[in-house]
Amino acid sequence: MTQTVSRPAGAHQVPLPLDVEAIRADFPILSRTVRDGRRLVYLDSGATSQKPRSVLDAERWFYENINAAPHRGAHQLAEEATGAYEAARASIGAFIGAPENEIVFTRNSTEAINLVAYALSNAVTAKEPEFRRYAVGQGDEIVVTEMEHHANLLPWQQLCERTGATLRWLGLTDDGRLDLSDLATVVNERTKLVAVTQQSNILGTINPLGDIVARAHEVGALVLVDGAQSVPHQPIDVTALGADFLVFSGHKMLGPTGVGVLWGRYEVLDALPPFLTGGSMIEVVRMEGSTFAAPPQKFEAGVPMTAQVIGLGAAVEYLQALGMDKVEAHEQALTGYALEQLQAIPGVTVIGPPDTVARGGAISFTVEGIHPHDVGQVLDDLGIAVRVGHHCAWPVVRRYGVPATTRATFYVHTGYDDIDALVEGVREAQRFFGVAPAVTQDGAS
Amino acid sequence: MQLQSMYQDIILDHYRNPHGRGLRDPFEAEVHHVNPTCGDEVTLRVHLDGDTIADVSYEGMGCSISQASVSAMYDLVVGKSVLEALGTGEQFMRLMQSKGDASVAEELEEDLEDAVAFAGVSKYPARVKCALMSWMALKDASARALSTTSEAN
Repeated sequence: MTQTVSRPAGAHQVPLPLDVEAIRADFPILSRTVRDGRRLVYLDSGATSQKPRSVLDAERWFYENINAAPHRGAHQLAEEATGAYEAARASIGAFIGAPENEIVFTRNSTEAINLVAYALSNAVTAKEPEFRRYAVGQGDEIVVTEMEHHANLLPWQQLCERTGATLRWLGLTDDGRLDLSDLATVVNERTKLVAVTQQSNILGTINPLGDIVARAHEVGALVLVDGAQSVPHQPIDVTALGADFLVFSGHKMLGPTGVGVLWGRYEVLDALPPFLTGGSMIEVVRMEGSTFAAPPQKFEAGVPMTAQVIGLGAAVEYLQALGMDKVEAHEQALTGYALEQLQAIPGVTVIGPPDTVARGGAISFTVEGIHPHDVGQVLDDLGIAVRVGHHCAWPVVRRYGVPATTRATFYVHTGYDDIDALVEGVREAQRFFGVAPAVTQDGAS
Repeated sequence: MQLQSMYQDIILDHYRNPHGRGLRDPFEAEVHHVNPTCGDEVTLRVHLDGDTIADVSYEGMGCSISQASVSAMYDLVVGKSVLEALGTGEQFMRLMQSKGDASVAEELEEDLEDAVAFAGVSKYPARVKCALMSWMALKDASARALSTTSEAN
């Protein structure tokens, strides 16, 4: 696909910190074509990221060389598999500044959040007094925000239904930010846990977690941060973050599907009862009852997703070699350019912060007169993959009075050419559905 | 571009100038159906005269395919018996499962009238549910309306 799109005067393309062409060569899928030979313009990393060859190789290497169940058996393969699994835990922990014994592997962020939510209700009936410390019950409150992905909303709704606790939430402002004006009343002495996203998957907003964490800890509440959309895109240090839990998904950060991470402060993990029970999470098992291993093993019942964990270890290595500072700056540059270009199209409205202040590379927008599904269909026809719909954040689209949005998300292989293709695609959708403005800026075709 | 095969002029006409849109009285059943993956919604009422569908009225929001589909359905089913209308719904379902097989569309052309223009949608699995939402709502509402009227008698 040739890039002959003319740009409006004043469009600024600052030099990108990452070498996009070199990075694209690392992703086998980016060399395929879609829809009659078009270059794949993948702008859906927020749903799931593509994988570099080193991640794919790491999984294959595991199966071809050391496949065995970790933490079981005394044979050489079991030793090597255990070693590789635990080495990956250590490097994934280091990636967020956490010791390895605070890293629990789950299936994804969703499961990590459910793990905490179920542990808090399991605490109510735990026979061990030390596991009842964080029990949630009637009169207690759980706080979320109106910005949450369903994964960080439904587990808390369900926890409240199981325990009789009350769900409360922080609302949104018209410009796509958290409304913290009533933070001091919503988060209060009854609050047991505050669950909040670091970066909105739909609005792109990056939240001021410091204020929220400070208030929550002031009243003795735990804080869980949904990092599914932040950990892949910016440097994170859990000590600086100050929260009690951080969850993220491997598949959104160049890693395989089927592996996610729950980071928790050791002291808190230690005081929580297990979620899933079974093999390898035990200390002593008798017919009359059992005791459990220390964290993180207490939360890893069954043979784990070993190959995926090792693949995620390779993904973390790949990101560290690029440098997370550069990844963040790269996406900032792309976001600034995309916001400017999209908002220059008459009829296009960005849902979320209009500039790059405290904002990441997830841009949701509407096109006047065209439903997002139809926008997505035209883009797909041009080889451009975006997400359309409510993005698993139905309350957010409802809050802004739109049925759905079109969302473009960026990552390390995204370049200005991808954004130019998107912008031209939106104009093509307007032409196709007969809602194109009378005067177009490019005047081409 | 492949787009024209899906967005036939007939579909775009129904989308821009929907037939029968708006909720009307009287009605024996009202249903609200949503497409949970994309948030599209339709509220649909059925008014029966005996076992004939005297009116279908609706309000909804969604993409061009879902909105055009309910409009084309309105044209097809009003005045038919519930049984006939559901039979037409079965044929429309067959069209949606045809994966772009032109022979299926040809076979169904006479019965489905304008709705045969949706044949192109069957090549896009993600969009088939958009076209089917209103037919599912009709099936649901008709069944409820029938049970309401039979209880009343």
